[in-house]
Amino acid sequence: MSWSVAAFGVWPYVALAVFVVGHVWRWRSDQMGWTTRSSQISEKRLLAWGSPLFHVGMLAVLLGHAAGLLVPASVTTALGISEHAYHLLAVTAGTISGTVLATGVVLLLLRRFVLKARLRLVTRRADVVMYVVSAVVIFCGMWATLQHNVLGAGYDYRETIAVWFRSIFAANPSVDLMVGVPFLYQVHVVAAFALIAVWPFSRLVHVWSVPVGYLTRPLIVYRAGRQTSELVRPSAVSGSGGSDYPVRRAR
Amino acid sequence: MRVMASVAMVMNLDKCLGCSTCSVTCKQTWTNRDGTDYVWFNNVETRPGVGYPASWEDQGRWRGGWGLDGSGRLRLRSGGRVRRLSRIFANPEMPSLDDYYEPATYDFDMLLSAPAGEHMPVARPLSAVTGLPMAIERGPNWDDDLGGSSIYAASDPNLTALHDQGLGDQVRLEFEKTFMFHLPRICNHCLNPACVAACPSGAMYKREQDGIVLADQDRCRGWRMCVSACPYKKVFMNRLTGKAEKCTFCFPRVEQGLPTVCAETCVGRLRYLGLVLYDLDAVEQAAATEDPTLLVEAQRAVFLDPNDPAVIAQAEADGIARDWIAAAQASPVWALVMKHKVALPLHPEHRTLPMVWYIPPLSPVLTATTQMGGDNTDADDVFHAVASMRIPMAYLAQLFTAGDVDLVAGTLMRLAAVRTHMRALTTGVGRDAATPVGLSGADLEELYRLLAIAKPAQRYVIPRAHREDAARLASWVTGCALDSPGGVGMSPTGAPAS
Repeated sequence: MSWSVAAFGVWPYVALAVFVVGHVWRWRSDQMGWTTRSSQISEKRLLAWGSPLFHVGMLAVLLGHAAGLLVPASVTTALGISEHAYHLLAVTAGTISGTVLATGVVLLLLRRFVLKARLRLVTRRADVVMYVVSAVVIFCGMWATLQHNVLGAGYDYRETIAVWFRSIFAANPSVDLMVGVPFLYQVHVVAAFALIAVWPFSRLVHVWSVPVGYLTRPLIVYRAGRQTSELVRPSAVSGSGGSDYPVRRAR
Repeated sequence: MRVMASVAMVMNLDKCLGCSTCSVTCKQTWTNRDGTDYVWFNNVETRPGVGYPASWEDQGRWRGGWGLDGSGRLRLRSGGRVRRLSRIFANPEMPSLDDYYEPATYDFDMLLSAPAGEHMPVARPLSAVTGLPMAIERGPNWDDDLGGSSIYAASDPNLTALHDQGLGDQVRLEFEKTFMFHLPRICNHCLNPACVAACPSGAMYKREQDGIVLADQDRCRGWRMCVSACPYKKVFMNRLTGKAEKCTFCFPRVEQGLPTVCAETCVGRLRYLGLVLYDLDAVEQAAATEDPTLLVEAQRAVFLDPNDPAVIAQAEADGIARDWIAAAQASPVWALVMKHKVALPLHPEHRTLPMVWYIPPLSPVLTATTQMGGDNTDADDVFHAVASMRIPMAYLAQLFTAGDVDLVAGTLMRLAAVRTHMRALTTGVGRDAATPVGLSGADLEELYRLLAIAKPAQRYVIPRAHREDAARLASWVTGCALDSPGGVGMSPTGAPAS
């Protein structure tokens, strides 16, 4: 098995399998550990900047990746977006969000590993692995974008990486497409799948607990014993809706 | 009307000597672990003072508790749900370790391993957080007994409020010259808990059967909103697990009819535990009472008289067992809060309707009476002091009545009346003081017995969890596999496997 088959034909499936099985195992066995493991109590000044920059940047970057990897070039062309216009938009938006993300991650890395002795003993091995792998993914991605697309002549990943990426989910990986891809992109991709494999064992699981249900749930939660209650507390104040305080029932 | 039962506590501040036994036994029971090393579910602070965490009462900084929006509806001070979620990456209103204190140990090994020398070896303080040498600059009770100090008391947020009325320095100086008092604090297990309302993952909850507010360790995702939303700062983040932890009202003990550890070990015997029946349907409206100074009375109106036949009938219809109704009738909390009205809630203005109430300290007033040249055993002199001194009444009002001095004064007069009445009764000296405070002689004698000589059975009236629930409740808290047939290690016959 050549290195390219191993890296781009086998490794993604290994990583995805670990991702799925790992999450099932973690969810069933470790609700207690399923948390952001926020360290804000130990340090909040650097976190106040680093964490929002990191999270907002990451959300923007993920959206960009979804657009770049999942939407075929033929679709955007059919929509009347020229290759040049697409490239300009992608590079501009990608560079801005990538910079926000990179700034955030630098602050978080500095905070955790350099400046704040308080975080040393609360940092676990899974955190270190997760931080190192994410840093490799982010900096290779950022560096590749800068070298090839901002400073360089431009690299059309939509003809190679994106096609290969979609082929993974068709269970027929086009490994050949990845052989000629610039080295930085290759590292970025391999490390990204490493991050996917690390995910279920790290604090990244908190992503799946984004509290969207909070927006609609009754504010005061009652439980009878261990079971969530059927209790109804009618809104006694001002019968009309719109209150931020509907206390009905919790699930 | 929907009748609910809630456990509740009353603390008699006149009897608190500030020994912190409650804090220590609580810590040994619940937070004697890595990660909760800085956490005190129970703490005792000196008043005036900044408390723990420092300046926890400064809601300008922490935005804890509830307020009213433009149309008079309840709304968390930290804003609506969307605003709170937008602060999820970094919660600017959350205290950091520095606001509590950095836990420390000492380099005791040095005492043993130091080579023989001219000087005694010294055990330097080491941070429990970093393991590195540190200078200890704050502790959980750092300003203990420094009630009038210009460094600590001057930062008391309650004095800042009085400062705006031109009384701040005066209060501080008066306290410096005369008195201070201790304030033991636990989670208030509020009827309208802000921490529960702020929890994005629904991990904080209020138990239906007894009103205890708990943090579900399996469902907490570490979003931290409970810490800032609690106006009493009684929800804590475990430094290591990143999950919220809080006072449990010792529910495994309470379910067995035992008092909480803090109450049981209280040297001054100042804590009272009992049930209160309340109307769930009235909670929200009471909490939304517009004038903050009316919140104490509004909360009292939510409590239901356990001797009222209509209440008893409804309680039974709502599934409250007879023994629990009987316990509510014998509740010392009901007697102190509702019958004799000598207890007040801590900072009612946060609209959480707290279930830990305090009998305000009379001793500052007695001291002041003496200093004014009065006789502190004479009700008239004490009443005069209470009525004429805005200090320390204004300070106590900041703590217990959202600023209503008259309500504090009335409470203190009833306490003074007990003293005078009992003195007249036992020595034949003085005059019966029952009439001016609206309590009969029998009432005052009952109050005296409850405050002064009540035995544990009268101070802690806690019904066991229903027997049919007890096994279930116990099994998921303190269960042992050998308790029931079929458990791990049990033989099929139910005898422990050999």
